[in-house]
Amino acid sequence: MKKYLRNFPIELLSAWILAIFWISPLIYAFWAAFHPNEYAIHFDLLAPLTLSNFFEAWDQAPFARYFLNTFLIVSSILIAQFFICTLAAYAFARFDFLGSKILFAVILIQLMVVPEVLIVENYKIMSNLNLVDSVLGVGLPYMASAFGIFLLRQTFKTIPKELEEAARVEGCKLFGILLRVYVPLAKPTYLAYALVSVSYHWNNFLWPLVITNSVNTRPLTVGLAIFGAPESGVNWSVISAATLLSVSPLLLGFILFQKQFIQSFMYAGIK
Amino acid sequence: MIKNNLNHIYGWLLLTPALILMGTFTHLPSFTTLVSSFFSTGTKKFPSKYIGLENYEMIFEDPIFIEAALNNVWYAVATIIPSVFLAILMAVFVDSKIPGRVLVRMAYFTPTILPMIAVSNIWLFFYTPEIGLIDQIAIHLGFSSQNWLGDKDTVLNCLVIITIWKEAGFFMIFYLAALQNIPPELKEAAMLEGSSKIYFFRRITFPLLMPITLFVVINATLNSFKLVDHLFILTKGGPDNASNLILYYIYESAFSFFDFSYAATLTIFLLFILAIISIVQFILFEKRIHYR
Repeated sequence: MKKYLRNFPIELLSAWILAIFWISPLIYAFWAAFHPNEYAIHFDLLAPLTLSNFFEAWDQAPFARYFLNTFLIVSSILIAQFFICTLAAYAFARFDFLGSKILFAVILIQLMVVPEVLIVENYKIMSNLNLVDSVLGVGLPYMASAFGIFLLRQTFKTIPKELEEAARVEGCKLFGILLRVYVPLAKPTYLAYALVSVSYHWNNFLWPLVITNSVNTRPLTVGLAIFGAPESGVNWSVISAATLLSVSPLLLGFILFQKQFIQSFMYAGIK
Repeated sequence: MIKNNLNHIYGWLLLTPALILMGTFTHLPSFTTLVSSFFSTGTKKFPSKYIGLENYEMIFEDPIFIEAALNNVWYAVATIIPSVFLAILMAVFVDSKIPGRVLVRMAYFTPTILPMIAVSNIWLFFYTPEIGLIDQIAIHLGFSSQNWLGDKDTVLNCLVIITIWKEAGFFMIFYLAALQNIPPELKEAAMLEGSSKIYFFRRITFPLLMPITLFVVINATLNSFKLVDHLFILTKGGPDNASNLILYYIYESAFSFFDFSYAATLTIFLLFILAIISIVQFILFEKRIHYR
């Protein structure tokens, strides 16, 4: 016990030093964003605070539109994923149909062949479908998610069949059972999957960069990349403000629901 | 179970939306990528024609591709080892009952939820020569200014550091979960025996973390081949391809040089690497199930 106490401050100290060191780049971005540009590398506790960097960023690029685009992309993907993955997972979890094992393996291929790798051919397919530079074009390759199907199937499989039998006795049909028994009992899985999906697509960059080419479809990440490009000649404080602006909803969500976020990532990763 | 014959129909019907979408955007493009890797890129004068394995011969003679592939290997190794080490350290810190552990955990994990584009914007300024934060400190301490992202010798490691910053906290949560699963009796027994904390970690905790380490290493390897967002902001693969990575080179070949067949060939190579990693993962995962 004595030994433990003696070690304690060292552990405490190193944990906090690492934590401060780890968060400092982000703290620095806050510093730069809330102070005039002259103070970007001048640390002075009395430096005047200002919001003008945020206003300037908001004026110089159509961030409102980018926010709307990101919101549309993220929510359309999530809704479609819930719908498509629920049906598919239900099929795999409870129906013993011809070819189910092979089909499941075929679907799991997507865990390896992620859409990011297929940008070239998917671009061609989108242009054949006339979906280049559309919100739907950004979302479509992600909507049937092998990961979502896998996660929900695992959850559905743990639900006792007696509950299903009971629902059938009560007069529930196929979709009634799915909606009244399976979906409500899988709520934690849906929440975990939603948090992972939303943060993934809020942050996604490569495919949206390839498939969008106008202000009306570009998500925040792509808009931010264009805004921050050295050619644009915007100063450092304004870039910091724009960066914080585009991550603020996710960052705020994370700070408020830290536990759920971490548990969701953990849950989704380990499955 | 719902009655047998209808099962087949219901099963297939429920799967239809998923199969159509996945077929169109995963399986079909994989196949057409393979096909177009055997053809030349068509131009107005020379229409696309079958050229067998010529594209594959070309990539292995292409110094840019070889550099990108070697960069990718270094990028993976140099990112993963420190990330795993830091992730274990962070998990041990957060798992111990120190005051303010929620804040500490938040500090470690926050970089994970930021988009790579935002992370790159933040770090770009640190690396900027002379006015950047790192150079400011270096000059203050009497070192000379250095163009971190403009120097072939330092650029890749700059990307490595950013990636470690972003990923270590993500891996921490898996170690944390594992640590919390270690039965407290083990710790009590070890304390009664008078074993030191470090000894306990080395003989009990660390071996118990091995399966998680496997999982983390494989995921980090996959990530290092799929994540190139930061190159767009920080280096564009340069200088002189010193920070080029395979996926970025695929993007360049297709959308800057418009050589779609060559990009397809590179994609097949990347898919081949991802397949090998996934097969290794599958085999190891199967083994773990046998243990249970």
